[in-house]
Amino acid sequence: MVSSWGNLIRAEHELRRLTSRHADFPELPARRSVLPFGNGRSYGDSCLNVGGALLEMRALDRFIAFDRNAGVITCEAGLLLDELLEVTVPAGWFVPVTPGTRFVTVGGAIANDVHGKNHHVAGTFGRHVRRFELLRSTGARLTCSPTENPEWFAVTIGGLGLTGVITWAEIQLRPIATPWLEVETIRFGGLAEFFELCAQSDRDWEHTVAWIDCTRSPGSGLGRGLLQRANHLEREPPGQAAAAPRASAPHLKVPFVPPVSLVNGPTLRAFNSFYYHRQRASREKTLQHYQRFFYPLDGILNWNRLYGARGFYQYQCVVPLAAGREAVAALLEHVAASGQGSFLAVLKLFGAVLSPGMLSFPMEGVTLALDFPNRGAKLARLLAHLDELVAEAGGRLYPAKDARMPGSLFRSGYPRWREFVPFIDPRHSSSFWRRVMAAA
Amino acid sequence: MRRILIVGATSAIAQAAARVWAVRGEALYLVGRDPVRLESIAADLAVRGAARVDHAAMDATDLAAHAAVIERAAASLGGLDTALIAHGTLSDQAACQESVAQTLAEINVNGLAVVALLSVLANRFEQQRSGTIAVISSVAGDRGRGSNYVYGSAKALVSAFASGLRQRLHRAGVAVVTLKPGFVDTPMTAAFRKGPLWAQPSRVAAGLVRAIDRGTPVAYLPWFWRPAMFLVRAIPERWFRTLKL
Repeated sequence: MVSSWGNLIRAEHELRRLTSRHADFPELPARRSVLPFGNGRSYGDSCLNVGGALLEMRALDRFIAFDRNAGVITCEAGLLLDELLEVTVPAGWFVPVTPGTRFVTVGGAIANDVHGKNHHVAGTFGRHVRRFELLRSTGARLTCSPTENPEWFAVTIGGLGLTGVITWAEIQLRPIATPWLEVETIRFGGLAEFFELCAQSDRDWEHTVAWIDCTRSPGSGLGRGLLQRANHLEREPPGQAAAAPRASAPHLKVPFVPPVSLVNGPTLRAFNSFYYHRQRASREKTLQHYQRFFYPLDGILNWNRLYGARGFYQYQCVVPLAAGREAVAALLEHVAASGQGSFLAVLKLFGAVLSPGMLSFPMEGVTLALDFPNRGAKLARLLAHLDELVAEAGGRLYPAKDARMPGSLFRSGYPRWREFVPFIDPRHSSSFWRRVMAAA
Repeated sequence: MRRILIVGATSAIAQAAARVWAVRGEALYLVGRDPVRLESIAADLAVRGAARVDHAAMDATDLAAHAAVIERAAASLGGLDTALIAHGTLSDQAACQESVAQTLAEINVNGLAVVALLSVLANRFEQQRSGTIAVISSVAGDRGRGSNYVYGSAKALVSAFASGLRQRLHRAGVAVVTLKPGFVDTPMTAAFRKGPLWAQPSRVAAGLVRAIDRGTPVAYLPWFWRPAMFLVRAIPERWFRTLKL
C-alpha cells in the first residue's frame, strides 16, 4: 500500500526498487506502466500510479562528487535534500532553492521543478541543475543539460517523472557564511499592504513569504497576515552556535491518525488569530537557524496525520501579476465565505525569472497555497469555484499538490502539454497524468 | 582516525555502517565483488568525510585471495584497527533442498569463506595485540528452522567459530564482536513481505557501530532479538519440530 502526503489515496502498487545507478532499467510485468517514486511528499496523485508499478528511488542515495571550492555537488537522484544539506552546510554551501520540506529527493525536486521563498531572485530548482542523467525504459541513457540534449532537459525538469528515470544530477549550490538567517516578521492588515510590502522587500531580501489569515471575511480583516523576509547572515552570530539544532531528526511526531480531522472550524479560527497576534510589535527581528526558517513543519514527523483518516487537499495556484490582486482577493473572499478556512495560507510573489521546464509551475505572478481537510462534496464545490477564478485570471495549479483539478484546467494552464506528450517514456505513466489527460 | 577494513562492503548494512564511519572521518578499505559498485560507494564515502577510501574487488569464496587482499588493505591504510566481515547471500531454502551443490555453495559463501577470513585476520590481529574483528552472523544461526536452515547452519558455524576466537584473542587484547541482525530491509530480502519486525539498514548499522565501539561480544540488532531468540532457543526440540518457523 502506498499513499502520498495528502493521505487521500491509498492503493496497492507493484513495487520495484532501483539500487544502483548503473543498473539496467528494471523488468516490469507485461503491460504495466511505471513511475519513479522518491519520498512520497507530493500531496496528491502525481507520485502515484494506481494499477501500475512504482520504481522506488530512495536507495539511490550516494554522493558522486563535491567540489567544495565551486559548490558543485553531484549525487544520485534518491538522495534527500536533508542528507545533502548535512554534508554541504558544514562546508559552507546551501541548496540554491528549497521547498518547505527537506524530506524530498533530488530527483523529485527536479521532476516537480520546486520553488522556494527566494523565487523572485533565484527562480526554480531546475535553474540550478547543471546536468543530469535520464534513463529510459529502452535502456538508453541521456546526459541532459542546457546544451546537451536540451529538449530532454526542458521536458524532464517539471516533467513529473514521466519522461524517464533521473539517476543522478549535478547541482550548483549557493554559498553561505553560516547556517543562520536574519528574519524580519512584519504584520500587515490587508492585501494592498501585502503587495506594497512585497514590492519593497523583494529588492533587498533573498527570501520573502507571507502567511494569511483566511478565516477573516471582508470588513473584518480579510487578507491580514504576517510577512517574513530573510537574508543569510554574513557572519556567525555570537553565542548562537550552541543554540543550533543538534540532529536533523524531527523532535515531535504525530503517532497515529485521529479518526476525525483535528483541523476544523473552531481550531482554525483560534489558531489563525493566535498566529496573527503571536508577536506584540508590528515588526520583529529574529535570528533563525535554517532548519527553523525553511522547514518549520519538518520538526513534527507526520504532521499530515493531523487531518485525520480522510486526508487533506492542498490547493496552490499562481495567477499572472496583472490580474493578481483582484484574483487573490476573490479567492480569499470565497474561502472565508465558505467557512472552510485553511490552516496555513501562504502567499508569495513569484519573480520574472523563467522556469527551465516545459511544464514548470511557477510563472511571474502571485501564488497562493491553501490546505483543507477533506470534507467531501462541500469542499469539492468550493474548490471548483476557486478553479473558475484561477482560470479566468489566466493562472494554473501546481501538480505536485494536486489530487483533483479538472483536465481542462490543467491543459489551459499548461498549454505546452501537447509538445510534452511525445517525450513521455512509453512505459511511464501516473495517476495524475491519466486523470488530467482523460477526455483530452 | 581508525583504519577499517570492510569485506562485503556493497551490502546494505555494511554501506550504512561505512557512512557512519565516514562522517566520523575514519579511513576505509572496501572489499566486494562488483568493482563498479565499489567505486561508487567509495566516492560517496569520500564526500561524506572519510579520511581515505580505497577498494579492491574480491570474491569471498576465492579463499586463496584472502591473505593478499588483507595485506593490501593493511598496506594501503598503514595498518588495521578494525575489520568487519559483512558479505553473505540469503539462501533459497527450497532450491537448496533440491540440490546438494546449491546447499554446499551456500554453506561455502556464508560459512566457510567467513571462517577462512577470520582465520587470516585472527593471526594478524593477535600479533599486533590490538584491534577489533567484527563479523555479521544472524539470529538465524541461533537455531535451525525449517524455513531456512541452510543459511542458519552456515551462520551457526560463524557464531560458534567467533565465540571460540573471542576466547583465544581475549588474551591478546583483541575484541571479537558477533553481530546478529534480525530481519533487515535490504536488496537481499527484497522479495519478502515486510512486517513490524523489519528494521532499516541504517538502524542496524547504528547498533553495529556502537557494538564495535564498545567491543560488545554478541550484539543483537535491534536489541529485541536477544529476548526473542532466548525464547526461541528455550522451546524443547520435541515441540519445536512441530512448529512452522
